[in-house]
Amino acid sequence: MARQMTGAEMVIKALQDQGVEHIFGYPGGAVLPIYDELFQQDKVRHILVRQEGGAVHAAEGYARSTGKVGVVLVTSGPGATNAVTGLTDALMDSIPLVCITGQVPTHLIGNDAFQECDTVGITRPCTKHNWLVRDVNDLARVLHEAFYVAKTGRPGPVVVDIPKDVQFGTGNYVGPSNIQHKTYKPRMKPEQTAVRDAVDLLANAKKPVFYTGGGVINSGPKASQLLREFARLTGYPVTSTLMGLGAFPASDKQWLGMLGMHGTYEANLAMHDCDVMFCVGARFDDRITGRLDAFSPGSKKIHIDIDPSSINKNVHVDVPIIGDVAYVLEDMLRVWKAKSPQLDKAAHKAWWKQIEGWRAKHSLSYKKHDDFIMPQYAVERLYELTRDKDVYITTEVGQHQMWAAQFFHFDEPNRWMTSGGLGTMGYGLPAAVGAQLAHPKSLVVDIAGDASILMNIQEASTAVQYHLPVKVMILNNQYMGMVRQWQQLLHGNRLSESYTEALPDFVKLAEAYGWSGVYCDKPADLDDAIKQMIETPGPVIFDCRVANLANCFPMIPSGKAHNEMLMGEEVSDELVGSAIGKEGKALV
Amino acid sequence: MVQTQKQTHYPSLTTHEGIVQRTLSIVVDNEPGVLARVIGLFSGRGYNIDSLTVTETEHAKHVSRITIVTTGTPMVIAQIKAQLERLVPVHRVGDLTEGGRPIERELALVKVGGKGEKRIEALRMAEIFRANVIDASTEHFVFEVTGKSSKIEQFISIMTELGLVEVARTGIAAISRGAQVS
Repeated sequence: MARQMTGAEMVIKALQDQGVEHIFGYPGGAVLPIYDELFQQDKVRHILVRQEGGAVHAAEGYARSTGKVGVVLVTSGPGATNAVTGLTDALMDSIPLVCITGQVPTHLIGNDAFQECDTVGITRPCTKHNWLVRDVNDLARVLHEAFYVAKTGRPGPVVVDIPKDVQFGTGNYVGPSNIQHKTYKPRMKPEQTAVRDAVDLLANAKKPVFYTGGGVINSGPKASQLLREFARLTGYPVTSTLMGLGAFPASDKQWLGMLGMHGTYEANLAMHDCDVMFCVGARFDDRITGRLDAFSPGSKKIHIDIDPSSINKNVHVDVPIIGDVAYVLEDMLRVWKAKSPQLDKAAHKAWWKQIEGWRAKHSLSYKKHDDFIMPQYAVERLYELTRDKDVYITTEVGQHQMWAAQFFHFDEPNRWMTSGGLGTMGYGLPAAVGAQLAHPKSLVVDIAGDASILMNIQEASTAVQYHLPVKVMILNNQYMGMVRQWQQLLHGNRLSESYTEALPDFVKLAEAYGWSGVYCDKPADLDDAIKQMIETPGPVIFDCRVANLANCFPMIPSGKAHNEMLMGEEVSDELVGSAIGKEGKALV
Repeated sequence: MVQTQKQTHYPSLTTHEGIVQRTLSIVVDNEPGVLARVIGLFSGRGYNIDSLTVTETEHAKHVSRITIVTTGTPMVIAQIKAQLERLVPVHRVGDLTEGGRPIERELALVKVGGKGEKRIEALRMAEIFRANVIDASTEHFVFEVTGKSSKIEQFISIMTELGLVEVARTGIAAISRGAQVS
C-alpha cells in the first residue's frame, strides 16, 4: 500500500524495511532532514565516524564480516567526495554497499551552490550504479532498487543522491516487495553443458588445482561448504587469492596456501604446472597471473564467475561457467556424484608428491632473531595466541598485509577483511570498527603498518564512542615497507620518500584517544605484549617494533612467471644488507 | 630492437592480436546519464569509439538505441560487450557485425561555397551521389547526402576540391538484415 510521507521519512522507512540495523555516516547541511528523522526513531542505529572515508570502509568491514549490505549516509560536496575512495575500494573487491548522499536542492544543481558537487558524475565510474533522485515519488523505488542492485549478481557499491528539497517533499512510499527491476537480472544458475564439461575436465585431470577467490566468500557460507565438500570428494589441492582466504580451511591437508605475487612456492608452482585449473570466483588479477604469456601455459582452465565480463578478460579460459558459485558448485557436485568418475589415482599421487617437494622448500621461512622482532614472527605469534578465540582480522595495505595473509591462517570465511583490488592504505582501522560493531563479543584485530594506520587514525575516536574494543597491532618498521621493497628491487635502492621521519609515539597517541597503548621491541617479551593487547578491555594500540628492513618473500618479481619466484633466503641478506643506508643503520 | 622498457610491478603486454571493427547496437533505458555511463565506460577502460549515434527509439517505453562503431582485438571486443551488458540500464547489446553484414547508413550535411564552373560541377556531382540541395544562394549550396560512410567520405573528398566550407555528419545508424531483432 502506498503511503504518504516526506522523502527523509522514506529514507528511514526504506532502511527499516530492508532490515538495516546499522548505518555509518557523518551529518552535514544537505542531509539534515534525514538526520532529523534518524533522531526520532530507534530501529536504525547510526554510527558517527570521524571522516566520511572511514564510514565507507567501516561499512565494508561490516558487510564483509556479515554478508549483509553496508549502509553509508553522508552529506553533499566534500561528504560525497571523501566517500569516493571507499566506493572504489568496494567496487574492486565486490562489497555490497548502499551510500546515500545529500545533494543541494534541485533548483540549485549546476549552479556551483555551497557544498555542491556532481556526485553522480564523480561516482559513476566507481559504483556499480548510481541514481540522482529528482522526484520524491521515485525515491522509495530507487532506494529498494539500490539494495537489490548492490547485493544481486556481483555485489558492489551504489550511490543514491538525494537533493534536500526531495528530502523535504512529500510523496508515496512503496515497500520493497513491489519492486521488480526492469533490466538488471544477472544469471545465477549455470548452463548445464558447461557444468558437465567442467566435471569431465576435472575427472580426467592428472595435475589439477583449485584456484578460489573472493567470489566464494561473496556467494555466502553455503558456497564455502560446497567448495570444501567438492575439494574433499576429489582430493585435489586448493589455493586461494588474497580475497578468498578462509573459504577453504588453512588447516586442511589439501591447502597449499595463498597464491600470487607473495603466495607460497607450492601454490604458484602448482598453478604453473597443473593440467586442469579450476578457478572458482576469482578473476585472474595481475597480482595472480604475473606474466600473462607464461601463466599456467599447459593447463585447461575452468572459470566460474557471476560476472560475464570477468570471463576471458585477462586469460583465455576453456570452460567458462556464468553463475553464482554456490549454484554452480551444487550442480557440479550433483553431476560428479552421479557420474562417480574413475580418477587417475597414480597420476594424482605423483602430483601430490611433486607438490610435497615444493612444500619442502618452506618458502615462507625466515630467520628469527633474538634481539629484534621479525614481523613474520609477530603475526605467527598473534595467530598462535588467538587460536582459541573468535577472531576477525582486518589489515591496512603493504608488507604487513602480505605477512598477515601468509602467517595468519583462516579456517572460516568472512573472518578476513582486507583491501585487495584497490590496495587502500587506511582501510583496516575503520573496517575493524565495522566488523567489531557487527560482532561485539569477538576479538577484532587490525594488523597494521605504521604508515597506513595514520591514514584513518581519526576513527580511533569512533571506536571509543561506541565502546568497540578493537585491537590495532602495528608492525612498526618506520618505513612504507612495500614501497621501500620495490625501490630496493627496481630503483637502485634509492629510498625516495619511503622513510617516515617523524612518527608519533603510538602509545601516547592511543592514550590521547582514550585507548590503551602497548609497546614491545623484544622477541622475548612479544607473547606477553600480545596477551596484554588481547586482555586489556577496550580498544588497544600495540606498537610492535619490528625489524626495519625485513622484506616480504617469496615473491614473483615483475615480468616473471610463477616458476621464477624469488625466495627469501636467496635475496634477503645481500639485498637487505645493501639497503641499509646511513639513516637505516642508525635504526636497526 | 633495443629493450628500453623500464621494470614496473605490473606485467607487461605479452599478447598481440589483430584489430577488428565492430558495429554494436545497445538498447538502453532512456534515463538521465545513461549515455555518460556508456561513453564513460569506453573512455575509462581505454576502448575506441569510431562513431556514435543515439536517440530515443521507443518513446512510450523510454527506450533508446545507441549505435557504436568500435575497434579492438577480438578479446577487447568481447570485453566491451560484456562490460556494456553489465551496466544496469542496458537492456541488450547486439553485435551487428557478428550477426552478418548489417545495414549501416550515415547522413551528412555538406556546405560548399564558390562561383562559376566549380559551382556547376558541385551540383553535377551532387546529382551523381543523389545528394539533395536543401539550402542555396548564389554563393553556396548545402547538400544532404545519405549512405554508407565510404560514399560520404568520397563525396566530401570531391567537394573539398570544389569549395567545401564545412561538414556535419550524424555518425552511423545501423540495423541487422532480415526479420529478426538485432
